[in-house]
Amino acid sequence: MAVFASVLDLIGETPIVDVSSLSPNPNVRILAKLEGRNPGGSVKDRIARSLIEAAERDGLLIPGAPDQVLIEPSSGNTGIGLAMVCKLKGYHLKVVLPTNVSPERIQLLQVWGAEIIESPGSEGSNGAVRMARQLAEEHPEWVFLYQYANPANPDAHYRTTGPEIFRDVPDITHFVAGLGTSGTLMGVGRYLKEQNPAIQLWAIEPPAGEMVDGLRNLDDGYIPPVFTDNHGAELLDRKTVVRPRESLEWTRKMIDVGLFVGISSGAIMAGAVRCASQIPEGESATIVTIACDDGWKYLSTGAWTDDLDEVVERAKRIIYF
Amino acid sequence: MPVSIRIPTVLRPQTGGAASVSYDGSTIGEVLNALVAEHPGLAGQVFSGDGQLHKFVNIYVNDDDVRYTGGLDTPVKDQDEVSILPAVAGGAN
Repeated sequence: MAVFASVLDLIGETPIVDVSSLSPNPNVRILAKLEGRNPGGSVKDRIARSLIEAAERDGLLIPGAPDQVLIEPSSGNTGIGLAMVCKLKGYHLKVVLPTNVSPERIQLLQVWGAEIIESPGSEGSNGAVRMARQLAEEHPEWVFLYQYANPANPDAHYRTTGPEIFRDVPDITHFVAGLGTSGTLMGVGRYLKEQNPAIQLWAIEPPAGEMVDGLRNLDDGYIPPVFTDNHGAELLDRKTVVRPRESLEWTRKMIDVGLFVGISSGAIMAGAVRCASQIPEGESATIVTIACDDGWKYLSTGAWTDDLDEVVERAKRIIYF
Repeated sequence: MPVSIRIPTVLRPQTGGAASVSYDGSTIGEVLNALVAEHPGLAGQVFSGDGQLHKFVNIYVNDDDVRYTGGLDTPVKDQDEVSILPAVAGGAN
């Protein structure tokens, strides 16, 4: 094995494992790219490094200079990835975090030295975005990377995740991933379609649930600029909701193939299985999915061990995607 | 062939508080037109001026976003479940 100069050099080049025993269709292979292998524990390490390196190139951040502050809204993994990169580079990170995330996410942010600013859980990620934008306006001296609009987010996936997938699985027919900021789907999707326009892109969403009930009117709605800037509506082939019960059921089933992954990975696997079941008879397909992170951060939810009905109710109240 | 539509809290003032309503139609466009014919207050919330879906509205038939399954021409059948949801920033790690 090579010796790496920095933990940051360990980001990316994640393994892909065949989990076709979970496929409902014998002609459809399902492969999972294990992003939990990144040093900060999730796919978001890729964009964390990309966002900060882009800011350094643009002169917004100066390596080694004192008292540099960043602010970012995140329900977890981006914040954790950024906090790890900031720790290594000596920047101070403030994360605007909805109150209804798992305690492990909060602790991990603290482990890496991030400062947490709480936003109302009832407003979900939208509320965190709104609060971070407002704070960034009030403090122009803070660097606001804004993962929802920053081209360095999809660019990380266009440069790394997409090429890794196509190199390892050149016969890929479908890519199934979660839709949050849309960075993964826009970056990987754009790269894959350039290699082979026939590759189908499926976006998996969690149900909007209670955060929608917190909206006062439709104009509180929000489409990430990363999605519109990359013509997401034209790029994607399918967008489908996976509900908490199905997400948790598949999170548990992934244990059978040796994968202890987070709940959003279960949701995405449920979407991949739905995709596999819709491949017409006589056709074959190779689906690549993303397992965004490992299960450790979700142990406190009881996702694997408690009564499923109870966990489903709990999952409706926390942000797990 | 009635199709049930789940109305989100933010739009319920326009349906007299009803959380779920049912209409006939063979496409999602027909069903939504029947909905706004009875509840005209929803017209500007569901559709934009050019008759397309409002950009901050997502319509799902059995959990599939209709923008990717044929738009307003997406076929619907008896027992299908339609949800109207405002666009929000996913879970977004």
